[in-house]
Parts: sequence; C-alpha cells; structure tokens
Amino acid sequence: MIIKVPFFDSAGIISVIIARLYVCIFEDFSGNDISLELLEAEAADVMVLKIFFPQCCNRADSGLLVGRWISGHDSAVVLAVIHYPFIPGQVKQYVQQMQAQSGVELSVLGSWSLPKEGQEGMESFLRDLSTIFPQQRWLQIRRQMGKTGFTCEVLNRDQNGIAAQRTVKKEKKEEEEDGDGDAEEKEEEEEEEEEKVIFVHYEQRKVMLSQLHPIESGDAKTDPPSELRQVFQTVALSQPLFFLDKYDDGPLKSTHWQSEGREASIIVELLKQASVPLCLLLSWLLSVWTWICSVRIFNFYPLRFLSTKLSTCVQLSYRTEHMKTLSSPKPAASHTQFMRKANMLVSVLVDVALGVLLMLWLYRDDHITMLANTLVPAADHVAKELDQLLQWLMGAPAGLKMNRALDQVLGRFFLYHIHLWISYIHLMSPFIEGILWYGGLSACLGLSFALSLLSDMVALFTFHIYCFYVYGARLYCLKIYGLSSLWRLFRGKKWNVLRQRVDSCSYDLDQLFIGTLLFTILLFLLPTTALYYLVFTLLRLVVVLFQGVLHLSVDFINSFPLFAVGLRICRSYRLAEGVKFRVLCDEPGVALHLLMEINPLKVSTVVQTYQTPTYSCYPRDSWLALVKKLFVGELIYPWRHKTTKAD
Amino acid sequence: MMEDETFTDISGKTISLDCQSHSSFCREFTVSSPKVSIGKVMVYTCSVWLLAYAAFFITQNTAVLSSAILITLVGMMFHIHFVKVDHESLLVIGSLGIQVSSSYASGREITTFIEMSKIKDIVINEAIYMHQIIYYLCVLLKDPSEPNAVSSVVPLFQVSQRLWVEEEVEVCRLRPGVIPSVLNFPAHLGRVRARKTTTKQP
Repeated sequence: MIIKVPFFDSAGIISVIIARLYVCIFEDFSGNDISLELLEAEAADVMVLKIFFPQCCNRADSGLLVGRWISGHDSAVVLAVIHYPFIPGQVKQYVQQMQAQSGVELSVLGSWSLPKEGQEGMESFLRDLSTIFPQQRWLQIRRQMGKTGFTCEVLNRDQNGIAAQRTVKKEKKEEEEDGDGDAEEKEEEEEEEEEKVIFVHYEQRKVMLSQLHPIESGDAKTDPPSELRQVFQTVALSQPLFFLDKYDDGPLKSTHWQSEGREASIIVELLKQASVPLCLLLSWLLSVWTWICSVRIFNFYPLRFLSTKLSTCVQLSYRTEHMKTLSSPKPAASHTQFMRKANMLVSVLVDVALGVLLMLWLYRDDHITMLANTLVPAADHVAKELDQLLQWLMGAPAGLKMNRALDQVLGRFFLYHIHLWISYIHLMSPFIEGILWYGGLSACLGLSFALSLLSDMVALFTFHIYCFYVYGARLYCLKIYGLSSLWRLFRGKKWNVLRQRVDSCSYDLDQLFIGTLLFTILLFLLPTTALYYLVFTLLRLVVVLFQGVLHLSVDFINSFPLFAVGLRICRSYRLAEGVKFRVLCDEPGVALHLLMEINPLKVSTVVQTYQTPTYSCYPRDSWLALVKKLFVGELIYPWRHKTTKAD
Repeated sequence: MMEDETFTDISGKTISLDCQSHSSFCREFTVSSPKVSIGKVMVYTCSVWLLAYAAFFITQNTAVLSSAILITLVGMMFHIHFVKVDHESLLVIGSLGIQVSSSYASGREITTFIEMSKIKDIVINEAIYMHQIIYYLCVLLKDPSEPNAVSSVVPLFQVSQRLWVEEEVEVCRLRPGVIPSVLNFPAHLGRVRARKTTTKQP
C-alpha cells in the first residue's frame, strides 16, 4: 500500500503525521508493505504571523495598537489600544516614555478598527496612519460588531516604501474583485510570500501576574528565551503602560486590562503601608537579640557545645535567620525571593498560631499539674522496668547460660547507674512543675519550639539509656575488634597498616600462645556482651525513633511552602507550567483564533520547587550501612544536623 | 475533513480516530477509546457484593457489608477519574507547537503544550514487547545544551496505545550525516526506517 503525502514546508508535518498515524496505530502488519511517497509540491513558502491579542481589547473603540514585535519568531504581542482622538506626535512621545520606564521595546504595531455607527470614514484614515509611524510591518486589524472573527491585513514595507504601495494596490484590486474586503489569506497568482495570521487571545491580567516554570535566571543564558517566555516577560514588564487608561484625564486614552475595572484590595494596601514600620521594629528587636547572644559568657566551651546539640537552640538560630531575611525593608527583587519571603512569613505565622493553641490547651484546666504529676511516676516505672530487665539478664535470659562473673559485674554496674538516676529524678521532682510551666511558655514562639523542647526533654530524661547504650556499644566494639585481630593471628595473618591489607606473618610461639588464650576468652565472653549490647541498642533505637518523629514534624513545619500551595489552590494562574490552546473559531474565510489559557503547575512540583531549605539532613546512612554499623558496634547518630546551612 | 472509521489497538479493543482541520496549518486528531461497558461494571459489582455477603454469612459482622459498598464506590470513582481515558487528542498548530491532551471519563483533562522550537522531530519508534514489535508515534525534543542531541522522547497517544515508556532516555548524540527521521530523507529511500527501543507495557 502506498500512501501519497504532499510535502509542504510546515503543513508537511501535519500530512506526515496523518500518514504515520495510519501506519502505526491502525495495525496493518499482515505483511503489507507501507511506504510513504513524498510528492514534490509547488514552491509555496508559508509564513505564519502570530498576533497575541488581549481579551480586554476585543470590544475596544478604534485606535492604534501598541505592543512589541518578538524578534526571531514572527510574532507580535498587543498590549494596549490608544483611542481617537490623538496627536501622532504625542503618541510617539508616550511610547518612547513607556519604553524608557519599562525597558520593553514598545512600538506602535498597527491600527484597530471596530466601526460604530457614524464612523465609516475610518478605513482610509487608518491606512494613511501607516505612513506616519515608521515600521517594518503595519498591521490593520478590523472587526465587525456582531461577527466573531477578525480580519487582518499586513503591510510590509522596505526603505523606499515601494513594496507597501504594491501590496496596497493588490489589496485594492482584490477588494474590487471580492467586494467585501476580506483579504486574510492572500492567494496570489505570482509566487510571492503568503502571509497567514493566527490570533492568539490571552487574558492580560493573568498573564501579567503569572510566572512560567522552570524559572530561568536572567543572567548567563546561552539560548534566547522561547517565544512563550518572551510573551509572558513582555506583559509582566509592561506595568508602566497600564497605569493610565481611558477613564483618566490625560492626553491619551488607552484600553487594557485595567479598563475592565480596577481590582485592588484595601487590606493588601494597608498591609503594605504598615509593613515598613513593622520591619524596622523587627530589625531592632533582632539586633538586640543578636547582641545578647554574642555576649562573651556564651562562648565558653561547654555552652557552645551544648547549643549545637540541643535542638531548641538550633531551631532558635534557624528562625532568627528567617526573621533577618523577613525584616529587610527592601522589596523582593525576583519571583523566587518573593516566594521564599512569603513562605517564611506564612510558616512563622502558622507556627505561632498553632503554638498559641497548644498553650491555650496546656494552661487551661490545670493540665500542667496533671502532666507533672504523671511524669515522676512514669520515670519511676521506667526505672523499675529496667531493673527487672537487668535482673532477668543477670539470671538465665531466654534459657541462655551466661558467664556468671561478667554478668554480675555488668549487671551491678548498670543497676547502680539506675539507682543514681532515680535519686536524681526524685531530687528534681518539686521543680518539675515549674520547669514545665516555663517551658510551656516557649510554645508562644511557635509549635516547632514546643516540639524541639519536648525532644530535648526526652533526650535529657533518657540520658541513662544513652549512657548504657554507649557503654554496651564500646565494650562490644572493643570485643569485636579484638576478636577479629586475634582470629587473624589464629590463622597466621596480620593487618598491614601501611598497605591497608592483610598479610601473612610468622609469629613466635609465645605470641601465638597468648594470642590463642585471649582469643578463646574473648570468644566465650562474647554472648554475654552481645546480649547486653542488643538489649540496650534496642532501647536506644526506640528513643531515637520517638525523637525522630518529633524532628520530622519540626522539619515539616519549617520547610513546607504553605504560601505556594495556597497560591496554587486559590490563584492557580500565578504559577504556570505552560499554556494550553483552544480553537475559538475556524470559519473558512476568517483567520484562525485560538484561546491561550494558563496550565497551572502540579502541586507536587510546587512543593518541590518552593521548599525552604532546613538544617537537618536525614537519614545520614542508608539502611545497609546502618545495619553494618550496628553489627560491628559503631555508635550511630541517625539524626545529624547539617553544620553549614546550604542555601 | 472528518473521518470516523473503526480500528483496533494492540490489545484488540476498538478505537476510533477523528481528524478535524481548523485551518490549513492547524489540525486536531482525536483517538477515542471505547467507553466503560455496563456489563463489566455489573459483573464486578455483583461479584464483590456476593463475596461480601458470603463473608457476612460466615462472620455475621455488618462492617463487612458497609466496607464492601465503600470499596466499590471508591474503586469506581478512582477508576473513572484516574484510570479510564475517554479520548486523547493532538492539536497541531503550524509554527506554534503541538498540544497533547488526555481526557478521562470523569471529565478531567491533562494538557501539555510543546513549543515548536523545542521539537526536533516526530518519528515512529519501534519497541519490542515480549513476542511482538509495536510501533508508536513519538516526539523527539531538543536538548538545550547541545543542538544535535535528543533530550527526551515523548510518546503520543500513550494511553490509547496502552503504552508507558520510560521517559528518561539518555541524551543520544547523532553522528553527522545520520538522518533520524523521514521528514527530510533522501528520495531513493522509500521505506520508513525507525530505531529500536525496549519499553514496558502494563
């Protein structure tokens, strides 16, 4: 089967797609050969001109189109329509002024005519205007009331102005022939350039406020930005053009998105006015706080070490950094900075709100006293359980027979530790309520502070478990290393530190004798140590798990971009992943009209892009490395804070 | 130009193609999958509820019945919202780009627009799946850093062809002189040539 495909330049893609669809989707693999024959077509170079037209100007009165030609892509963005009556000199001056203020290459693109009753003489007036404004191309867009489609004529002009006259004459000839003036697709007998026009309608306010993702930084770009990105940038940067509209008393009356009715929220304006003194107050408070923190007494070794270990202090310094960013009185320079500041502000506010709620719950109905009264009995209970556990280990745990002497030594050592710790708790019990009461006040700084304080308190109260774990782990680790080294001696090998490998070695007889003896001793004491190590590692892991959950929730509060997610839900056009097109009207005699809508970003991408970086990185090791460490007896610190903050 | 013939896809289900030409340089192709058949829905619902009744008869616990109803409802809503594709369409606008959109049975639409400057070519790619070779239409996208390389392969009409292709394709460099597609191939070659990849199919 042979499929003949006409091969034009850009429409050729379409034809080939049709052919390929037939080939691949609709199975014809029963042995028939399918080949494509490309037919040579008449040389017709099709150029398509794209005009991005704002929806607010669909019903604007006749006037001049102001916008920007996008170089390299054969397209134009219409930004506003300036109405009659005007003085061309004033228009030129205005456009130049706007160009200087906004930095966008504005120019008069052409003319727009929507004739109302009594305005029939506009057509010739519009055509004559093209001589006043010196342009490469002049667009003449016309629309009839009641009809949906626009018609567009493009006047091309070179330096002499001869070509313009030629095309103008051609139009006049065709107008006489057709009789209705629709000259959108110039079907000319001579082989000249055909110009087809696409009107892309966009909603100006939404495109102005929207930001295309992935966000490209403006400096050091290898490729010029794509066409859509340039359209978005043009509309976003043309803010000075949108200040005056046709309802203002100025020399020029223009129509753009503001003509549909200004939208501004008074709350937002009031907040903007109030933010400056607030920022000054905040920066003053922060300077006082930083001065207190940098007092010399805090720089001594134990306090400094503690402050890096306690998660409350880390959280405090993290939040101080955030407040410093927020309290700068300069407005945010780029979209990323604005989103980051907004996310920080919203997360701080939500944090404080949740913390205040927690405080309200704590301080009502004597919950603090209740908590304090359950804390000491709970600690007692834990100590008793540990006691029983140690007694069990000292006997014959799970039927295993332990080495009596070592068992008794280790057991009594740990029992004495527990006794010390319990007496310490009982000593502290009258102060616990006071500590809890003042500690609960920290919740007014935010829920994350309350959680980090809780995590620190858990760490302090289970300090004895941590000590037991360290003792058990060190003992076990020593034993394992000793065993592995003596095992090598048993086999006649040695670890070469210089070459970092195992070498054979000939030992003396007494070395071998003592080595073997020690090896045997260590080997038979291994089960006892291993059991103690296992028990205390499990306890430690339980505590670490609980602390980990607390740290995870603090991290979630710190890093989740609430403002960005809220923006995505309420004003989804602000964060755009791309655009979508819809065909508006496709009548045969009229240009193609498309509606460009903004395709919002997915929520998961929003969270990923706008996450605030935090200070913790976890898990530190992969699961396999963790298991290996546990087996060998190395100490594990699964929740390690980053020492340097990565921005 | 409107065509509505019946074709079958790789698994044997009937699908239909609709081509609409909005203008000489703007066309829309829609591939429609068959709708949810009421017979299948009834069969599934009845079997789930029979099982639930049997479990209720054994355990005498009414929670089994309510959970079965809940599971059926949630499963049906999930199916029509996330799984069942009604039609997929491809809108080609000359010199602007290509828009690919899938529309699900509940009305949800997922749309992607690929700009013309990012498209390197549109090719038919071969894939080997178990015992058969399937052909699918895909778009090759340009790599921003290297003008000659291909950064990713986007298959079109993914769900109608029941095709899920791994999207991370290594950037492949083409030797100079190698023609990756049929768009500008020499006239003496009359047959479509395409590259082989392996894909997974659900």
